[in-house]
Amino acid sequence: MASLIPDIVEDALVAVPEAPGRRRRPRLRVWRAVVLFIAGAYFLIPIYAGLRFSFENDAGHLSLYAVKAIPSEPGFSAAFWLSMRLAVVTLALTLVLMVPTSVYVHLKLPRLRRLLDFVTILPIVIPPIVLILGVLRAAPLWLRASPYLLSLVYVILSMPFVYRSLDAGLSAIDLKTLVEASRSLGGNWLNTLWRVVVPNLRSALLSATVLTLALVLGEFTMASLDLWTTLPVWIYQFQQVDAHVSTAVSMVSLIGTWLLITLIVSLDRSQSRRTRRRTNNS
Amino acid sequence: MAPFSIYSFLGLGVPIIAVIYYAFQSEQGKPTLSNIALVTHGSYLLGFENSIVLALITSIVPGIIGLILAYAIATSRSATLKRLVATASGVLANFGGINLTFMFIATLGSTGILTAWLSAIHLNPWNFGFNLYSFYGVALVYLYFQVPLMVLVITPALGGLRPSWREAAENMGASSWGYWRYVGVPVLMPSVLGGMLLLFGSGFAAYATAETLTAGTVTLAPIQIGSLLAGNQLAGQENVGYAVGLGMFVVLAVTMILYGLVRRRASKWLR
Amino acid sequence: MTELVDATRIAGPAPAGARVSLEGLVRTYGATRALNGFSLAIEPGEFVALLGPSGCGKTTALRVLAGFERLDSGRVTVDGRDVSKVSAQHRDMGMVFQSYSLFPNMNALNNVAFGLRMRRQHATQRRQKAGELLELVGLSDQASKYPHQMSGGQQQRVALARALAIEPRVLLLDEPLSALDAKVRAELRDQIRQLQQRLAITTVFVTHDQEEALSMADRVCVMSAGRAEQTATPAALYSRPTTSFVAEFVGVSSRVPVESENGSVVLFGERCRIRASDVGLPDGPLDALLRPEDVTITPDETAKPFVTHKSFLGAITRVIVQVEGVAVRVDVRSDVAADIELGARVRVAVVSRDVLVAQRTATRPGSTQ
Repeated sequence: MASLIPDIVEDALVAVPEAPGRRRRPRLRVWRAVVLFIAGAYFLIPIYAGLRFSFENDAGHLSLYAVKAIPSEPGFSAAFWLSMRLAVVTLALTLVLMVPTSVYVHLKLPRLRRLLDFVTILPIVIPPIVLILGVLRAAPLWLRASPYLLSLVYVILSMPFVYRSLDAGLSAIDLKTLVEASRSLGGNWLNTLWRVVVPNLRSALLSATVLTLALVLGEFTMASLDLWTTLPVWIYQFQQVDAHVSTAVSMVSLIGTWLLITLIVSLDRSQSRRTRRRTNNS
Repeated sequence: MAPFSIYSFLGLGVPIIAVIYYAFQSEQGKPTLSNIALVTHGSYLLGFENSIVLALITSIVPGIIGLILAYAIATSRSATLKRLVATASGVLANFGGINLTFMFIATLGSTGILTAWLSAIHLNPWNFGFNLYSFYGVALVYLYFQVPLMVLVITPALGGLRPSWREAAENMGASSWGYWRYVGVPVLMPSVLGGMLLLFGSGFAAYATAETLTAGTVTLAPIQIGSLLAGNQLAGQENVGYAVGLGMFVVLAVTMILYGLVRRRASKWLR
Repeated sequence: MTELVDATRIAGPAPAGARVSLEGLVRTYGATRALNGFSLAIEPGEFVALLGPSGCGKTTALRVLAGFERLDSGRVTVDGRDVSKVSAQHRDMGMVFQSYSLFPNMNALNNVAFGLRMRRQHATQRRQKAGELLELVGLSDQASKYPHQMSGGQQQRVALARALAIEPRVLLLDEPLSALDAKVRAELRDQIRQLQQRLAITTVFVTHDQEEALSMADRVCVMSAGRAEQTATPAALYSRPTTSFVAEFVGVSSRVPVESENGSVVLFGERCRIRASDVGLPDGPLDALLRPEDVTITPDETAKPFVTHKSFLGAITRVIVQVEGVAVRVDVRSDVAADIELGARVRVAVVSRDVLVAQRTATRPGSTQ
């Protein structure tokens, strides 16, 4: 049974002086530390540099002037509020369009899920710059004159992220039973959607919201080509006037997004932990 | 379903059809191939070439780096590290454009912080031919969102690598190399290819970062479209931008077909 | 049942399993001691089952033997040679995992041939051998199937063939049947046992299922809290458990409160010796542990105990009798049990003259179930 075994064991005894677990782990740990260090440096140094630049004046001294100057710079508040309005409109449109659609497809037309998967992945595949090219040519003039054309297109851009998180959320709950229970207790469709489905999709809706907001507040390509001065476009233009202020705004918006995401993720985690504990007790 | 169908047709279908239609239209509204002829030569052809090379570089390099990084994190036992990286990747992957440009100018611009640090040890990259506002500068900056994107895409696949596969391999006499060569890499390959395709698409399409970093001076297909849209075009060539757009569709379609063929080979065990 | 080919043809002439000895194994994870001085000696060609509740250390013991876990102290020898510091890669032990351990990117044949490939065997040679092993487990027709195209039972048979392909010195089975459904489990159980006997390969089998352990193994080692509680043949383990843990874990026992005095107790009005190993317990309140077949009942209108439950199990019927507030399980031939009505008065007697006792427990699990 064991012709080649003795030499292998002998080799191993000579070649491997330490226990296997001990032998491998330190090498892996050193390797991981190196990888994480390099990655950390690559990702953190630019953030540090951006922050540093935001807190400097032209002479290179630490100063809060750029941050303090932000609200009073010409055009800033117009750009800021334009971006905010676009974000709110986009979010509302996205949710109104995507939530009933995904619920309906999950419930009644599961065969169409593959088609929906395909359609909603398209905006990732099609370059935004080509899409806006077509939109600007195809949209009627009255729409082209309104900034909300951007919101209409942003709904398309956010579809991949929003649909995916809704789809994941819907797959995780027993939607059919929930809806049937509600209907059998006398709820109408709107009632059921609002009081039964939406509360159960809380975390999916939260992440869809965050992704949509982050997308709208950071989008540059389409806004600049549609010639609307949204916040990112303003930042770009204003660097001619004062690069410190521009950088400061961009860092503030980065940190704001980050905080928002962290907040929502941790809220969601504590919520789901509570739910789990309740389930365990019962 | 009906509102969604109408919306996506108007928002996706109509613009796409418009791009294709106008690519074959002369300014006088007559069918023509002259737009196509124009964009397959000279500077427009160069734009496509550069964009394809950029997309290849910024999909393969960040693809590999992202894979290594994701593996380093997936094999770590620290839940805090995992959570931190997941959140950070989610933010950074969507972090193109103007913010990124400013951060890199502050880092590696001619008066950037890292430039200053490196000058202090006589390694100022600008003295060695480095230029942030060039093709390779753009590629370096693209890493910043491509690597996190790869980490996001590949982490679930790494989670699917079962420890028992590794143990079974070791048990049958495989070294670490043997495990990766015959099991780990082949199992991950479809996901890695899929991730790299996504990176290719995102690198090929990215406009904001390249435009803001180089003020539109690098010759890339999206930059050319932007420039044409902004009115920088010769008389009689108003529809050239649509031909460039169509060209980008063609490049993406060919990439997807190639990807499909490679993936079919790599994932025959999945079917 | 699948037909088996002549196993000796594949295993080569005069197969001889290895002698394995685990000595004083200790393994701690933080504050928990997964292994706490576990020792076990395994004869060449022997099939030993490690049986115990989850967390008793049985899987850790197997993983230490395979070389996946490091030891804090103790040693593992194979044929007298200390292999404690040999990596899993070089131990030549074939292991079958609980589930999903087949490489998903290889078909059945390549999975089986993997170990041979790692040993740099020639391609045609390893294909031939892998084919023979698939034949051995009755899966020749599945050679080109990928794991996700096979049922759980088929996958585990391929995993078995894969483990055997490297001609291991020791075969390690880590709950290989627990993810399968009952019918497949029984089939594969027989198949593993037959193969093991034909190949005479030293085998260690981890399970939490006592039926599996008792029906397959030459010897069963019952583990608890990182130690071997008792190692014995299935028959001895069942009929002569040396500790109350074994008595309660293996088979079914009823607990009946008794008072001990000078090494004997009074049970249902008869004086019984306490089984030798537990004599160390002091006089006073104890529980006697009774197997359902250790007790007989006879209908008697004048007796106090009465029947509260009957469950038909085929040839026998398990009857639960209420004796002075304690439920006692009794196995009765089904034709006899048919005449005993629920609520009938019965006389209860002990068959054997010595009984196993344990310290009295507050919750008294045996009497409530």
